[in-house]
Amino acid sequence: MSEREQRVLSIIETARSKRPRFKDERVTMAHGAGGKATQTLIEGLLAPAFDSRALDELGDAGVVSIDGLDLALTTDTFVVKPIRFPGGSIGGLAVNGTVNDLAVAGARPVALSLGLVIEEGLPAEELRTEVEAVAKAAAEAGVEVVAGDTKVVERGHADSMYVCTTGLGKRDDRARLSTAALRPGDRILVSGSVGEHGTAIMLARGEFELDAAIESDTRSLWGAVDALLDAAGPDLRCMRDATRGGVASALNELARASNVAMVVREADVPVKPAVAGASELLGIDPMYVANEGKLVAFVAPERADAALAALRSVDGCEEAAEIGEVRTDPPAMVLVATAFGGRRVMDMLAGDPLPRIC
Amino acid sequence: MRFVDEFRDAELGRAVAGEILATVETGRHYKVMEVCGGHTHSIYKYGVDDLLPANVELVHGPGCPVCVIPMGRVDDGIAIAHQDGVTFTCFGDMMRVPGSDGTLLDAKAEGADVRMVYSPLDALRIAKENPDRDVVFFAIGFETTAPSTALTMKRARMERVRNFFCMCNHVTIVPPLRALLESPDLRLDGFIGPGHVSTVVGARPFEFIPADYGKPVVISGFEPLDLLQSVHMIMRQLAEELCEVEVQYSRVVPYEGNLQALKVMAEVFELRPHFEWRGLGFISQSALKLTEAYADLDAEIRYEVPGVRVADPKACQCGEVLKGVIKPWECKVFGTACTPEHAIGTCMVSPEGACAAYYNYGRFAREREVV
Repeated sequence: MSEREQRVLSIIETARSKRPRFKDERVTMAHGAGGKATQTLIEGLLAPAFDSRALDELGDAGVVSIDGLDLALTTDTFVVKPIRFPGGSIGGLAVNGTVNDLAVAGARPVALSLGLVIEEGLPAEELRTEVEAVAKAAAEAGVEVVAGDTKVVERGHADSMYVCTTGLGKRDDRARLSTAALRPGDRILVSGSVGEHGTAIMLARGEFELDAAIESDTRSLWGAVDALLDAAGPDLRCMRDATRGGVASALNELARASNVAMVVREADVPVKPAVAGASELLGIDPMYVANEGKLVAFVAPERADAALAALRSVDGCEEAAEIGEVRTDPPAMVLVATAFGGRRVMDMLAGDPLPRIC
Repeated sequence: MRFVDEFRDAELGRAVAGEILATVETGRHYKVMEVCGGHTHSIYKYGVDDLLPANVELVHGPGCPVCVIPMGRVDDGIAIAHQDGVTFTCFGDMMRVPGSDGTLLDAKAEGADVRMVYSPLDALRIAKENPDRDVVFFAIGFETTAPSTALTMKRARMERVRNFFCMCNHVTIVPPLRALLESPDLRLDGFIGPGHVSTVVGARPFEFIPADYGKPVVISGFEPLDLLQSVHMIMRQLAEELCEVEVQYSRVVPYEGNLQALKVMAEVFELRPHFEWRGLGFISQSALKLTEAYADLDAEIRYEVPGVRVADPKACQCGEVLKGVIKPWECKVFGTACTPEHAIGTCMVSPEGACAAYYNYGRFAREREVV
């Protein structure tokens, strides 16, 4: 490699590892897509503004300690379109999405708040259905809705309804999780087949004249987290809820946070045939498609098999798999060993394949 | 997936890679250009070039339809999108291509009604559903997508849809290839010919490449095994000192092309005297416009557009990258001023572009053994 080429590559590496700056003139849909632009918004504008160590961790929930008690706090907003889709609806999605942000932070979900922004003219029956969906999902996840708020906006200003939540959880004593904890050799687990939620929404919008029996995977992940903590305890390094931006973006965020490399074995990533087929037709990589009930977990090598076995015994995680491992070089990057025998980089999502997924 | 997985078999891939290795001459460096952006995408998606010997280098050609649209045309599109009562439709990756002042995605954020469609027929449907709005379709692509635009225009005419307009940016594949081949500093040994374009135009239009320029052409499919086999066919031609057009993608490419598609195109489009290509400059008779019979559906006639030619940024050396004269990292602005997030040149714009591909994947390609 020539000296100049070496220099150019090191410039790229430095640029990649730098904290992104928010320089855009306007907010575009890409800022909401969970990829690079979202990262710029969060790390370039929001996190620096609030100067909070909990926030700087960039975890799915922030941890607050009160008199020795570790509480996890998270907030989420749901603008999914359409509000009902195969496998779920906005009410259940809101509860599960919030609960999962707590769970992957190693916190047992305890309580939720619920804010509803409702569009003038929404049929009461639809509202009732969603409120019931919230109640049902909360009961299943073992959380109590303890506070709420309602606002109604003029017709045309909120698409049926938006849901805002806050989740409170108690940090589990077994958890020693940190986004900076990944070590070379750690194994990467995924709790089941990927890409279902995003694909289900895409098809539900009817823009592609494509029919397939694909349902959203929306579900609470506390059971999966509980099993992982039991099996791996402190050897469970970190977890992430693979929502917007998919598994690919989750892995990239953590590779950056821990300054490690990752290698994903493409052939070992579980993808349902219908999702694989739809992705193939639409030219989308399922690794970038949103999930609403899948986590990625990083486990020290010696506990990886036990953790995977524990995960597979959880209802809904039967297809959990080990998909790769953490390496040293190149830092902050995720590589894929393709099923065909080649390699490539799996970067963060750039642009927005599909807005308003959750 | 049946009929897909068969073409992605890793074991067969290793076998073909072995045959390529056995065919190449030790010590000779081969440069093969894959013309089509779809090929570039497949090469990276599957890591095809990891299976090639280190002395076989793939050069990414000008066949990414998004990358070649010049800034001035993007500016014109954005100007139309900002007009009152206009719904502007285009393919998704076009929305991120920078003009001289922002992208269509930025225009959308500023309030323009810009919508992504997957097919020109979707744009026509939007027009029929919104009779009070002018729906403009920003048509891009080579002969691959031109027939579907042509059919859509015919249907719009037949159904008497009066609020549907096309801003035609369709380009043709042969003139830029000829321009490349005419370049005195070109360093290429052969071409992987465009598969999808050839399903329409057939293989005959590429015969000038071996005949006039002495370079083999193999028209290839898009699966990783297709590409490896095509590289092997080129290496075999070079080893046996043959020079001809071969069709590897014979399961869909008829040698004479798709006569019906060509007929529809001829009814709706005519050649422009010249058209600007990003990175390559003006190339005569290299693009299509709507014929006189469709003038009333031509967005360029209906709307005042700036029509200003915006020069490629001076520092940008995309043209040389496209010709294989310099490597992406040898460009003055590569990786510093020009990155995938803030692209200056065409090659960095789309993930199918040579520089974006190199930026993201480049350093891993050179770990291969040198033969």
